[in-house]
Amino acid sequence: MKTRYTYGGDEHIYIEMDDEMSLDAFFKSLSMSNAVREANIKGVTEICPANASFQVRFDPDVIAPDEMMAKIKELEHRAENAEKRLTTRIIEIPVYYQDPWTHETLMRFRERHQDPSGTDLDYAARINGFDSVEAFIEAHHSQPWFVSMVGFVAGLPFLYQLVEREKQLQVPKYLRPRTDTPKQTVGYGGCFSCIYSVRGAGGYQMFGVTPMPIFDPKQKQSYLSDFMVFFKPGDIVKWKPIDRAEYDRILTEVEADTYVPRIAEVEFDLDAFNADMPGTNAKLMEALNVA
Amino acid sequence: MSLKVIQPGLSTSIQDLGRPGYFHLGIPIGGAMDRFALRVANMLVGNPEGAAGLEVVFMGPTIEFERDALVAVTGADLPPKVDGVAQEGWTAFEVKAGQTLSFDFLKSGARAYVAIGGGIDTPPALGSRSTYPIGALGGVDGRNIQAGDVIPLGEADTIEAGLNVPENLRRLPGKPTELRVLPGLYWHRLTPAAQEGFFADDWSVALEADRMGYRFKGGKPLEFVEREQPFGAGADPSNIVDGCYSYGSIQVPGGLEPIVLHRDAVSGGGYFTLGAIISADMDLIGQLPPHTPVKFRKVDMDEALAARAARKKMLAEVRTHLG
Repeated sequence: MKTRYTYGGDEHIYIEMDDEMSLDAFFKSLSMSNAVREANIKGVTEICPANASFQVRFDPDVIAPDEMMAKIKELEHRAENAEKRLTTRIIEIPVYYQDPWTHETLMRFRERHQDPSGTDLDYAARINGFDSVEAFIEAHHSQPWFVSMVGFVAGLPFLYQLVEREKQLQVPKYLRPRTDTPKQTVGYGGCFSCIYSVRGAGGYQMFGVTPMPIFDPKQKQSYLSDFMVFFKPGDIVKWKPIDRAEYDRILTEVEADTYVPRIAEVEFDLDAFNADMPGTNAKLMEALNVA
Repeated sequence: MSLKVIQPGLSTSIQDLGRPGYFHLGIPIGGAMDRFALRVANMLVGNPEGAAGLEVVFMGPTIEFERDALVAVTGADLPPKVDGVAQEGWTAFEVKAGQTLSFDFLKSGARAYVAIGGGIDTPPALGSRSTYPIGALGGVDGRNIQAGDVIPLGEADTIEAGLNVPENLRRLPGKPTELRVLPGLYWHRLTPAAQEGFFADDWSVALEADRMGYRFKGGKPLEFVEREQPFGAGADPSNIVDGCYSYGSIQVPGGLEPIVLHRDAVSGGGYFTLGAIISADMDLIGQLPPHTPVKFRKVDMDEALAARAARKKMLAEVRTHLG
């Protein structure tokens, strides 16, 4: 892991912890972006953490770019020594896999896909060496996920699965991005899952849909009353497969603004996780049982 | 007191200077694409520079006024008319209650800014009235204006019509337009030949050019330095592990057509970026209609900062001129 510092024009500094994805790179990026925030450097206007990198936006009329760069570099050693531990929350997100709406959409954009003869899930299961779509779906939801970035558009989470690298699922993005994706589609690209917070363009493969809104500018859902965006980096997600009847039931609650997601507070310690992945994940998921 | 929208134009949105502070959640700063033009329009009618006005793209709206107001139109050359009578651009003029503001055909540029004395007073979202349709924030119910909308106005200070900005203090792109680029970000992914070719080639604005990003076409495909793709990045050589995008950053999916991210940028994604348009040239992009010939010119940080200082000085001169 070698940190790379670069400018994005005269108003941004971009810091890449590593060019490949890992939880180590994520934790270092999160610690360092927190250190920059805590340092309260005059002229900093935005700090955006990402999967294995982060970006600082600043006003070059207040602080010269080279001075800004030097101040950020000084903080790297703090990130290296920071505890890789978070007090966070695990959230159960219901997913209706193979739903009719993403199916209709993926059929409309078949000519932009690697394999026009099947569905996105058929393709993902096959290239990841699974015998069936069901087995692939099982691998997608049986172990929890870590929100390693929020962004793209309005509160969209990028999620990284908490499993060994050889068990990571990987799929390419569409050959050409779609111009449409249903709201709350559960998507997949590279090694990341995502939830499309709003309807719109997208290039990730589509696996299913969640009835749970994660972005609500009107803030009518109780769990979005503090802020219109649900996710933040460090959140942990457990997908829960649901059928059409369960989907419709939850949707009725969402429409009445009475839906309450299952959430539990948990600790996540990267060293403990690396030492015992199944044990750490089992404990995380157990917390949901008492939520 | 308010404005009544008779015809909305092609794509007319309420914009101010945007909502900084939420890019880490995927909510972009937004606001006027040509900030200089909006600031000047507001100064002409006696508003604070950051008051909300209308950003008009290519084709003007038709708007009926319910009260007397001072109006100024800056940016693109889209001649305004009051009850059919031509008015000057970059000049404050009066519209009386019951009169209608409309526009002639676009003569140059792409976006005109309409400031109205008192400013537009729709409810702010996250500290700004700027319209961000993807997130349904700002504007009228989170969208562009439509026929039948009634848009509230703020209280105006009484000032005189006739204030005017001289031509040397207006800013419109030259032909061909030069956009200055500071290489950086994932610049190292390109081969030396591709790095040279990007600046040597002739580009033009593609049809897909909006508040989110401007696409360019016409140059040669860019070649990448060969590598084994890093874990999590995706198979295409233009892919990276999804990271943050800078405003003004230039991504080139598949190495084919550069896209410059603008005020309504997506906050991150999985395409490499080769650098960014310098802050001083961001306003110009908003004034480029499709098919405009463009050259990208490589600059260093010193030149980027000098250009930024020159833009600040020009704005200060307008402020002095308008007193």
